[in-house]
Amino acid sequence: MVLLTISSIASWGVLFILLALITWFFANKAIKQFLFGNEFTNLDKPKDGSLKVVDGKNVTALSKGFNINLQGKANKVLNHNFKANTYAIKPKDFQGLKPIPKMMVKVGDKVKAGDKLFYDKGVEGVFFTAPVSGTVSEIKRGAKRSIAEVIITADETIEYKAFKKASVASLSKEEVLEQMVESGAFSAITQRPFGLPATPNQSPRAIFISAFDTAPLAADYDYIIDNLSIQDFQTGLDALNKLTATVHLNITAESNAKFKNANGVQVNYFEGKDPAGRVGVQIHHIDPIKKGEVVWTIRPTDVVTIGKLFNEGIYDPKELVAIAGVPFEKTFYIKANKGASISSLVTGIDTEENRLISGNVLTGTQVEPNGHIGSFQNQLCAIKEGREYELFGWLVPQYLRPSISPSFPWSTNEKLAFEANTNSHGEDRAFVVTGQYEQVLPMDIYPVHLLKAIKANDFEQIEGLGIYELIEEDLALCEFVCTSKQNVQAQLREGLDYIYSQS
Amino acid sequence: MKFLRNFMDKIQPDKAKSPFSYTLWDGIDTFLYAPGHVTHQGTHLKDSMDLKRTMIHVVLAMQFAFLLGAYNIGLQHYQALGVDANIAAEFVYGLLQLLPLIIVVHVVGLGIEFLFAAKKGHAIEEGFLVSAFLIPLIMPPGVPLYMVAIATAFSVLIAKEAFGGTGMNIFNVALVARVFIFFAYPSSISGDTCWVAYDYNILHQALNFGDWLHISAGTAMIDGFSGATPLGLAVSGGWEAIQAATLPSGEQQYSISNMMWGFMPGSIGEMSKIGIIIGAIMLIKLKIADWRIMFSMVIGVAFMGVIFNIAAPAFPDNGFIAIPFYMHYIMGSFLFAMAFMATDPVTAASTNRGKFIYGFMIGVIGLIIRVANPAYPEGWMLAIIFMNIFASLIDYNIIQSNIKRRLSNV
Repeated sequence: MVLLTISSIASWGVLFILLALITWFFANKAIKQFLFGNEFTNLDKPKDGSLKVVDGKNVTALSKGFNINLQGKANKVLNHNFKANTYAIKPKDFQGLKPIPKMMVKVGDKVKAGDKLFYDKGVEGVFFTAPVSGTVSEIKRGAKRSIAEVIITADETIEYKAFKKASVASLSKEEVLEQMVESGAFSAITQRPFGLPATPNQSPRAIFISAFDTAPLAADYDYIIDNLSIQDFQTGLDALNKLTATVHLNITAESNAKFKNANGVQVNYFEGKDPAGRVGVQIHHIDPIKKGEVVWTIRPTDVVTIGKLFNEGIYDPKELVAIAGVPFEKTFYIKANKGASISSLVTGIDTEENRLISGNVLTGTQVEPNGHIGSFQNQLCAIKEGREYELFGWLVPQYLRPSISPSFPWSTNEKLAFEANTNSHGEDRAFVVTGQYEQVLPMDIYPVHLLKAIKANDFEQIEGLGIYELIEEDLALCEFVCTSKQNVQAQLREGLDYIYSQS
Repeated sequence: MKFLRNFMDKIQPDKAKSPFSYTLWDGIDTFLYAPGHVTHQGTHLKDSMDLKRTMIHVVLAMQFAFLLGAYNIGLQHYQALGVDANIAAEFVYGLLQLLPLIIVVHVVGLGIEFLFAAKKGHAIEEGFLVSAFLIPLIMPPGVPLYMVAIATAFSVLIAKEAFGGTGMNIFNVALVARVFIFFAYPSSISGDTCWVAYDYNILHQALNFGDWLHISAGTAMIDGFSGATPLGLAVSGGWEAIQAATLPSGEQQYSISNMMWGFMPGSIGEMSKIGIIIGAIMLIKLKIADWRIMFSMVIGVAFMGVIFNIAAPAFPDNGFIAIPFYMHYIMGSFLFAMAFMATDPVTAASTNRGKFIYGFMIGVIGLIIRVANPAYPEGWMLAIIFMNIFASLIDYNIIQSNIKRRLSNV
């Protein structure tokens, strides 16, 4: 009897303690989420987390996201020995170009840096130009005779086509625009929505620059700007200021002081895990893109190129490229013009067993050992191909790998760096798990519902769910975390193409 | 282990020539090995979570309820027969009672799943892993196997494959199996006698060495034992009747500790509240089931329960209405429905805010059915099926509000 009473009381105790714990643990979160939405309620105000004040600056703190922590980060050392023999511009790096753009050079032609290579009717008034001087040695074809690469064998010393050397302040908007278009510096600007190359006839509401990259193994812009001319950067910003009302420079509280002290631009502070560094996410929090509007985005190094164009009168698209990844014996940065050949960098790598990627592991493109860095990319990384079969690997993993799922005990350890590989860790399935994409997307957008609307070709729904604010890179992390292994980025592009073709 | 890999590669059938054997081979192969597929387009890295791992964790979370449920089958069996059996015999009896059920569900369900996969030319999907474990756990322990087989076939065919397979179904597959039995064979799943297993199957007979499973005791219930569940008792007598129920030994049958541990007649896996709570915490911690649904269900029951408690004096005929609302959590199968049924991501609301509404409404409607419906006092099955229908409507409204908000800014 005594035992029974004790066990009764104990059971009651367990029940009430559990209930109390559950209530205490979840009530706060639940009320907040239900009333104010895990999704956010007001598009006009900064959402998700809140505005924090750091060193007297308003910082938009994003709580959602996930940093994929990989081994093989690039050491901040500049390798001065690097020299590329060939350089290439790849039409496919530019979204929306026809497979066969109009060529303005043929094999054997001599070009100077800044000479036009090709253009495309799809993006009117934009010219794609040579990043270095030399001889057009090959026009490489891809599938269906599309042009994959226009390859230039570089001269020993670069000869530059001469452009007007002038103070930006003294030039009109048209003059600035014309010089940028003629030199090809303009082709580095991307328009949103749709992520196509910007065209000079547009009047963008604003220009956004993200000066920090949160992608895995990303190049560090703080280090890059130290190795480029800050005067050129400032001149570039001044030039961009001529083209639009506001230029936004988005940085973190820890960013290089050179960015913080930029003049004539609105400096916005962000904080958070990947994808906080993606310019699309930042635009969403600063001033979301609405239907019918156009904004431009550009990378900081391309701003430097624009600045140099006006300061020195030459088109010299310098990039600092991070060479990262475990397969590389040494990791470092190289300084080279756009489109440099990677062949001298990858000599020590078994390219059968390792994948070479121009760009980061989420949005980059696979390149061949004799390939070239992409026009919008400042990273060359290599990761192992994961072709090995793993006995009961879905249940008992045999090596550490990145994941957001707490079912992997190490997933909460943010300091742990992984030697990841390209194994898909599972097969394609229908959407089953919900709430997963939302965990890593700090935007007021329902990604799964958007993708479903895209599959259904429901124009109004796609538009209403905010497709104008997105391009592939913004949802790259959603694709990474997807339990059903959906190809999110490709599906989003289908939707973007559909909306573009209808409007 | 290289030879196993080589062996699997050696026996791989040709997909075009023999799709059926290929599907079978593929199912076994991907079970044994995480395949060495590499990413082709889009991200070069992928998260290591996949559907198999997700599903197996739900099954793992159910094991506590499963083990305690198996023991309880035996406990109730020997209590009903008035036999003084030891713990091992009770557990083994329960396990052997449960085993054929699990096998039948897997054979029927996976068989159909496999036929459809081969016909459609895709891999066998993992969704049924969970359903196949849920279906036995929500059955009465003595349910005839043929009923379970028919119900499983019905639910897999009508509730799942007809809609397009895993991820496409509107109704919770496991619940449809139970609903089928509920409507097709009502006497086997309601009333006072079906919640205890009385019979012995072939496994019991085969393993009854020296009569340690007490088969010689027969299958007749002794006087003084009542198989009536708390829910059955409450219909007529309210909370007092539950408190007053005694076992032949004179012990209180539905003491709080018995109800918490699940030592009482009822569906196999739904009785052990402790086991279910451990499973639920595991699911929440691993972020496999959504805490939003579970939490709002608890709140929904409390909300409706308090209203009923307040209204109780006006309805003296209803035995249920005066039961303190917090008792509803440990009576019947609320916790099981909360942890494993309502949280099915495919059939639940898919927006985070929608999940609160979805769970809350299940709590409210389920309790209304329990309290106000004298014919069948357990409402969670019907409440969840009912809210499955409304899940997409809830999502629709949440999404429309997002769209409106965006358009109003244009």
